[in-house]
Amino acid sequence: MGDLLDKRLLFVMGKGGVGRSTIAAALGLAGARRGRRTIVVEVAGQHRLAGVFGSDHGAVLVEREIGENLFAITVDPEHATTEYLSLQVRPRAMGELLASTRMFQYFAAAAPGLSELVTIGKIWELAQLERRSRGASRYDLVIVDAPATGHGVAMIRTPKQFADIARVGPIAHQGRIIHRFVSDRRKTGVVAVAVPQEMPVNETLLLRDELADAGMGIDRVIANGCYPQRFTARDVEALREANADGHGPLARSAMRAALSEQVRASEQRPQLRRLRDAFGEAPARLPFVFAPELDRGALEALSRELESAL
Amino acid sequence: MNVADVIADKRIVICGGSGGVGKTTTSAAIAMGAAAAGRKVAVVTIDPAKRLANSLGLEELGNEPALVDPALFAPAGVEVEGELWAMMLDPKRTFDDLIDRLAPNEKARDEVLANRIYQELSNAVAGSQEFTAMAKLYELDRDYDFDLIVLDTPPSRNALDFLDAPDRLTQFFEGRTLQVFLRPTGLAARVMGRGTGMVFGVLKRVTGIDLLEDLAVFFRSLSGMIDGFKERAQAVNKLLADRGTVFLLVTSPEREPIDEAIFFWRKLKAARMPFGGVVVNRVHHDLLGDAEVNDVSDELAAELGDKLAGRVAENFRDYHVLARRDARNIERLGRQLRDDRLLLVPYLDEDVHDIEGLSRLNRYLFATEVERQKMLDEVVA
Repeated sequence: MGDLLDKRLLFVMGKGGVGRSTIAAALGLAGARRGRRTIVVEVAGQHRLAGVFGSDHGAVLVEREIGENLFAITVDPEHATTEYLSLQVRPRAMGELLASTRMFQYFAAAAPGLSELVTIGKIWELAQLERRSRGASRYDLVIVDAPATGHGVAMIRTPKQFADIARVGPIAHQGRIIHRFVSDRRKTGVVAVAVPQEMPVNETLLLRDELADAGMGIDRVIANGCYPQRFTARDVEALREANADGHGPLARSAMRAALSEQVRASEQRPQLRRLRDAFGEAPARLPFVFAPELDRGALEALSRELESAL
Repeated sequence: MNVADVIADKRIVICGGSGGVGKTTTSAAIAMGAAAAGRKVAVVTIDPAKRLANSLGLEELGNEPALVDPALFAPAGVEVEGELWAMMLDPKRTFDDLIDRLAPNEKARDEVLANRIYQELSNAVAGSQEFTAMAKLYELDRDYDFDLIVLDTPPSRNALDFLDAPDRLTQFFEGRTLQVFLRPTGLAARVMGRGTGMVFGVLKRVTGIDLLEDLAVFFRSLSGMIDGFKERAQAVNKLLADRGTVFLLVTSPEREPIDEAIFFWRKLKAARMPFGGVVVNRVHHDLLGDAEVNDVSDELAAELGDKLAGRVAENFRDYHVLARRDARNIERLGRQLRDDRLLLVPYLDEDVHDIEGLSRLNRYLFATEVERQKMLDEVVA
């Protein structure tokens, strides 16, 4: 864990619905608790962070402080493009003007990969000790709630692809710098989130291969939503042998729910084993949260649990 | 609502929803159900994660439909009278095929296919899956004789891309940008005046000349296919709005997927797309009602002992919390949609990732409301 939070940039990746946003937020809280100035980044179109952190301000397009040592931002490609141009093009106003022309907007929408490129460019910029943005302060740790597996990997690969295509010129140069940073495993880490079920685990293995192609790797796997092992084999036997007819519907339902829980808990074991075998260490386990919503208190608790599990 | 009625007179079913809600498995289960009922069905996934192949016990799915071995269904007790075909969209291949078909000549085709921007990026970028899925759907409908095509879509955060892909492309081709790229120093630039020259000049400075030239070549080579693309986009739009097409939303009962489902439904409404209903997967049903969980442990203590009875009750209480949450979210969904076309599938004990799992899911989807209630009662009691 020490290693992970000491990095400068952390991507939280995984299949849709496995709890990436929650893990990103929990890691953010953990970083902040250690006194690291931490920012949690979500990529446009997600708008989940506000919900996770329990604020209702919607998307935050500018860096915003949401706790001690903790900040959040939503990186929006359009916004990031304007910012990029205003830094690249002098005078500054010219860049802003350019970005606002309809022609440029059509171009930006149609040029393949451009929005991925500016998004990862902005993420890289946030992780620099010397920030480019005027008056911007530095962060020790940037945690990215990445898009779901396929799109997430595509985003991370974009700088290298642009660098290869462009060969020379500013974009090639910047693409190479960004690629060097995200593929430097001392500076950049990847946390893969899975729930212990067949398909999310398959996708985690796929993610590992795709990242390897991009010269990257997974630093830690988190098995989220693990059911508690409440019942022993002997319990199950007792429940099965219990005389269901001798009880009312409520008690019968309760016993059935217990057996059902047992099935889920035992089905996750081979999946946890697959993860352990594939990565050479047991995944960090987080419990399934039996609560209607994860409030800030529950998130804080989960964050501490995560910190000790890592 | 039941799926059999919704798809009875349909040719195309499009399943939308956010990631991780069982969209792929639901699509496969619907296709399997229709095939079991005697129709010739193709299920198409555009999910990059090869989930459908897993669901159907196939190692690899190709970019053309393949017949799923009927023998695979027998162990699950499913008799398939029709045919089930499956494919996984390969956006790159589909795009290549499309270019091949729309290019006015070989030279134009090769120019696009050899372009590095096209090669490196056409597959990877957001939106390309959505666009190629639409192109493929159109081709499957036109070139094959399937009675029904079930399309599994990418997570609904890309819903906008999905519905807008044909229009956006057309818009771009009609826009001035392309003209500038075609003749950056020619007549177009002069006609459009200083603004255009400035944009191009600045772009050159920012991107580097190689990249810009590649982009220009990319756009220029595509330009010969403008009419083809436009026609295709119009045909796809027509197909989506067709009476033979229906959209089904798939969700799970947590807050966020429900929000997404509501968002997607609004999008469908605004685009006047035919909406068939919502499948809510993994619902925890309220088994406790107003009763006290302590009554349960008291009742069971004599038989199971205090400790086990206590844990059974604790487990029951935990699931009751989830059931209450699910009920609230589902009620909110129904209220927002002002629609009662909701189909609730209970949380099945086993993870659904094989044919047996699909057939379990399938039984709920195709049951009538009365049958479904009976199945639920069996689960409950």
